[in-house]
Amino acid sequence: MSVLVYTESENGKFKKTALEVASYAKAVASKLGTTVTAVTINAEDTSALATYGVDKVLNIFNTELDVFNAKSYASAIAQAAKQEDAKVVVVSQTADSKYLAPILAINLEAGYVSNVVETPSNTTPFTVKRTAFTNKAFNNTSINTDVKIIGLSNNAYGLVENTASATKEDFAPSLPTNGVKVESVDKASNKVSIADAEVVVSAGRGLKGPENWGMIEELADVLGAATACSKPVSDLGWRPHGEHVGQTGKPVASNLYIAIGISGAIQHLAGISASKVKVVVNTDPEAPFFKAADYGVVGDAFNVVPQLIEKLKAFKAANA
Amino acid sequence: MKILVCISHVPDTTSKINFTDGDTKFDTNGVQFVINPNDEFGLTRAMWFKEKQGASVDVVNVGGAETESTLRKALAIGADNAIRVNTEAKDGFQVAKELAKVVKDGGYDLVIAGRESIDYNGAMVPGMLAELTDANFVTNCISLEIDGTNVKAVREIDGGKETVATSLPLVIGGQKGLVEESDLRIPNMRGIMMARKKPLTVLDPSSATQETNSLSFEKPAPKGAVKLVDADNLDELINLLHNEAKVI
Ligand SMILES: Cc1cc2nc3c(=O)[nH]c(=O)nc-3n(C[C@H](O)[C@H](O)[C@H](O)COP(=O)(O)OP(=O)(O)OC[C@H]3O[C@@H](n4cnc5c(N)ncnc54)[C@H](O)[C@@H]3O)c2cc1C
Ligand SMILES: Nc1ncnc2c1ncn2[C@@H]1O[C@H](COP(=O)(O)O)[C@@H](O)[C@H]1O
Repeated sequence: MSVLVYTESENGKFKKTALEVASYAKAVASKLGTTVTAVTINAEDTSALATYGVDKVLNIFNTELDVFNAKSYASAIAQAAKQEDAKVVVVSQTADSKYLAPILAINLEAGYVSNVVETPSNTTPFTVKRTAFTNKAFNNTSINTDVKIIGLSNNAYGLVENTASATKEDFAPSLPTNGVKVESVDKASNKVSIADAEVVVSAGRGLKGPENWGMIEELADVLGAATACSKPVSDLGWRPHGEHVGQTGKPVASNLYIAIGISGAIQHLAGISASKVKVVVNTDPEAPFFKAADYGVVGDAFNVVPQLIEKLKAFKAANA
Repeated sequence: MKILVCISHVPDTTSKINFTDGDTKFDTNGVQFVINPNDEFGLTRAMWFKEKQGASVDVVNVGGAETESTLRKALAIGADNAIRVNTEAKDGFQVAKELAKVVKDGGYDLVIAGRESIDYNGAMVPGMLAELTDANFVTNCISLEIDGTNVKAVREIDGGKETVATSLPLVIGGQKGLVEESDLRIPNMRGIMMARKKPLTVLDPSSATQETNSLSFEKPAPKGAVKLVDADNLDELINLLHNEAKVI
């Protein structure tokens, strides 16, 4: 028996969430008095896992898995879980892990709970806390099945070092026939994605038009941030749909979320409230976003943003 | 082509979220229920297939009698038949099991569900359903084209999108993009009148059981007041973000 964690990589490198789920799996394993096995798929250097408490690494190398495929990945992870007799399987909540987890749950006849934000409060019954109602509430849920799958919300647990001496083994699962083939991937390689970003700079209708996004991109650049927008902005075609965040768009769970010219409608706030620190810049002191934010500037974006860019550049230069 | 659209009946996005019975139940008092927004995009796309490619469109919900108004709305938008599986399912797995039976018995080629429901946010029913019915599965789907049994779909991924080729039978988890916001259908008077005469079949549940139990709900701790920084003193903002919040 062990806790199995799927540590996701991209182009051979671990995603940020991989080390977070490993840290979390270690905490769960300690509660259960057992060890952590990580399963990796085409990851090049897995040495970081030992730093976050992993006792054993199962490395899968298979060129057929170079491109993500939910069914094949789920099957590979399920086979690893069976070999290890894992009773708890931990995955992250990246788009890919969210895609494969329900398939994995059926493969393992395991109860699956998504959007988990804390370590289990109880092990019998096995009880976890998850977000529900798009971050407007938490739900304590118990899992009744023998094998349990936890989807850990991104950024909910953080990285916790716990040095172990991880052993490594190659693992060669058999792959299922697969009816979904990826034909092309269209991804800006030089941009930080909203899911991975520590900082997200988001702008709304207060920006007046798409021609004014230059300063938003520049601010994001200085902060190493991803850019996002409110729903009307993407509906109007000012920004691509992929940038729409909120209840009906992408969820944001970054460390810092900066909202510029966004009123703070309930549907917007629901989707971004898992972010740790929120800053709002808005001309209207009555804008609802001020009730949800940690820091606020009542002011005109066209005046505040360019100044903020200059000051941040100076700050960076001074702290480099 | 036989299409089944899964409809989850959820509180309107502006609803106040409160709980009753010692914080174990969602308080439906004064709450308006709607078609889950992600399902609404899927339903509109299904209508397109019906009109342009000659498909039949059924809608289904697993839930109590109170969800029938939501199913009627889907009929008013243009679905042909509605099915309600009469059970208060306890988790996504139980819903998926009930839906799998409907899909197998009805011989559906394409099942359109939502990426996630905005109340439970499980993002689990469609994937489980696909696996239970041996269908292909594409989630976060933002474009869907079907030619015979060949399917071309686009899915949103972290930081971009991906084009996939697959085939029927297929389950998708849909979202905005499947159709544009401006193309969403609103029921008109004629649709509402016609919906009254369309069949709404109530099925008894199978013996599917849940795998998880919802024990209790909590609301997030109230937030402290915002710290305001003068627009002429942005150095202070940087200072707070660096030294107090420690995020830059
Ligand atoms: C079913 C449903 C789902 C929805 N889902 C989402 C969702 O997922 N995400 C989402 O974002 N929205 C969603 N919405 C829409 C939401 O209700 C709001 O309409 C939307 O968030 C408003 O966007 P906004 O803040 O950019 O625009 P507005 O509400 O128009 O706000 C613009 C703000 O900019 C400020 N401003 C104006 N000029 C300046 C300036 N020069 N400098 C600084 N500030 C300025 C104004 O004071 C105002 O507060 C949804 C709505 C519905 C009905
Ligand atoms: N009770 C239900 N009845 C019918 N369809 C449902 C039900 N619950 C969820 N679904 C479908 O599954 C999708 C994802 O739901 P969830 O897994 O709860 O996030 C929804 O958008 C619906 O299409």
